[in-house]
Amino acid sequence: MTTILTKLLGRLPIGFLQLTHNPGRLMAALAGVAFANVLVFVQLGLAGSMLESVATPYKLFRPDLLMISASGAETLSDASKIPRQWMIRALAHPDVTGGTAIHLGQAKWLSGQQTSSSIQFIALSPEDEGFVRPDLSEPMASLALEDTALVDLRTRFIDMRIFESVSPEAPLTFEMQNRQLQAIGSVSIGGGFGGDGVFLVSDQTFFRLFPQRSSAAPNHILLELRAGANGERVAAELAQLFPDDSVRVRPLAAALAEEQRYQMTERPTGLIFAFGVGIGLIVGIVIAYQVLATDVADHIREYATFKAMGYRMRFFVGVILEEALILAAIGFWPGLLFSQLFYVTLAHLTNIPISMTTERALAVFVGTVVACSLSGLMAIRKLRAADPADLF
Amino acid sequence: MDAAPITMSGLEHTFGEGEAGKQVLFGIDLQVERGSLTVLMGPSGSGKTTLLTLMGCLRDVQSGSVRLLGTELNGADEETQIALRRRLGFVFQAHNLHDSLTARQNVLMGLQVHGRGAPEHHRRSVSHLLETLGLGKRMDYLPANLSGGQKQRVAIARALVSNPEVVFADEPTAALDKASGHAAVTLLKDLGRFRGTTTVMVTHDPRILELADKIVTLEDGAIVRNEAPARAGLAR
Repeated sequence: MTTILTKLLGRLPIGFLQLTHNPGRLMAALAGVAFANVLVFVQLGLAGSMLESVATPYKLFRPDLLMISASGAETLSDASKIPRQWMIRALAHPDVTGGTAIHLGQAKWLSGQQTSSSIQFIALSPEDEGFVRPDLSEPMASLALEDTALVDLRTRFIDMRIFESVSPEAPLTFEMQNRQLQAIGSVSIGGGFGGDGVFLVSDQTFFRLFPQRSSAAPNHILLELRAGANGERVAAELAQLFPDDSVRVRPLAAALAEEQRYQMTERPTGLIFAFGVGIGLIVGIVIAYQVLATDVADHIREYATFKAMGYRMRFFVGVILEEALILAAIGFWPGLLFSQLFYVTLAHLTNIPISMTTERALAVFVGTVVACSLSGLMAIRKLRAADPADLF
Repeated sequence: MDAAPITMSGLEHTFGEGEAGKQVLFGIDLQVERGSLTVLMGPSGSGKTTLLTLMGCLRDVQSGSVRLLGTELNGADEETQIALRRRLGFVFQAHNLHDSLTARQNVLMGLQVHGRGAPEHHRRSVSHLLETLGLGKRMDYLPANLSGGQKQRVAIARALVSNPEVVFADEPTAALDKASGHAAVTLLKDLGRFRGTTTVMVTHDPRILELADKIVTLEDGAIVRNEAPARAGLAR
């Protein structure tokens, strides 16, 4: 290793030799960097999971649709109701070829084992199966049968294995909201931070489950556009049709992006995750700084000797950064491994969509390198104490 | 290059400022000849170490003149000082070897500062010097596995490996036995004779005094004697 690094650096790898000379300290330093990595990975994983779970309901629909919502609707599920008549008005636009009303509701599902799951119901007319993504069109159409539902096989806290083989020909009955529902098909969506599972039902079934809700006041309206129409332009033109700013029209993708930004920047959960990432970075910087600064302090006379010999500051910067990069490069891997284990465990226990992505691993690696380098640059200030005149 | 690698005139130095300041050197005039072995002597606190650090570009010159290898040090910028230091060799009383580097690697640091030369050539130079100093079988030992004398010889090798024009040494033989000390000083003398390497050394070792070309004695920050060993009553 020394030979390879010598060729790579064009000098003796003093940083590497110093770090490996004291295995105990090296292990402690690597454990520290790995710990900081785990902190950051956990926070980013949870944040990513939240964003993923936010996106999942949007992905039930075709991505090229426009969505009309109340102006205060920051999220899909918390949207206040809007008049259905806006859909009629929007259909007058020459580029709008169809529309459907979306109704959302939340209900508890009590299982026989004294556990309950919070279920998000998404309802639309079974005749509008063209608005959902292609693989859901057929099951959606079969929801025309009264009191039927497509149940979420990844619903948390309830053993959903008995629903795996349900079909319109072989339904399974269950009870919610004091009504008997028949599961005639399934989807695989999973719980997020706002609920434990998502069930799809027809609008008529929805109104029976939630009798206080009215077909005249859906949560959102989805619009289908003529092939080749510019969604942004049509959205802007439709916005002019409505009398006040209580309604807004956006492409579905823009609505998703807005909700993800809202969840990350304005909701406490997103801020907590960002804070956690910051804490992880600070912990990493402090640990790496402590190790590097101690190493500089321990070798202050040797560094002073090098100064006397004529070594320039950039040599010392190189040595300290070499140590910092080694700590980052080696400490990252156990951090990644433990984080992966954490993700798998958490996904298994909670059913939230959390997994390691290449982008996240790369981002954390770059962050680790930057954090360790910052620590190294701070530790270099200690070198000022290395005065060669004090050596005699 | 000046015939004399080191010349000083009217050199004064003070530690601290104002009323708290303490002047430690007073009107030093000294010329060190090329290839010579000059010993600085004097009681503790006489200013010999301060003088050594001023000559060796390790401390800024405040007042007076120090010309080192043809360059005036009074007012010299950091880059000039670094360039000059690369032409010097230093042997400190404490060996200051890097504990994570082997003897060979520690000596190699004396060459790497110049950033030139093929690695194989470097390796041969280092091996030859360590063998000359009796460390041929200890080249790949870490300092922790070397005796005090062996460490000091590695430090001497590190100072000499780049063929410095001037060597500054502070009690370099204090940790060495008689034979090793004699070998180290003989090496310095030979370097002076064959390569013109100049050595300025602080020592109280009588074995070295008799090998010196000139003995400079300081008392209370001033040179009180500057004479050859014979005149100082030491046999050559």
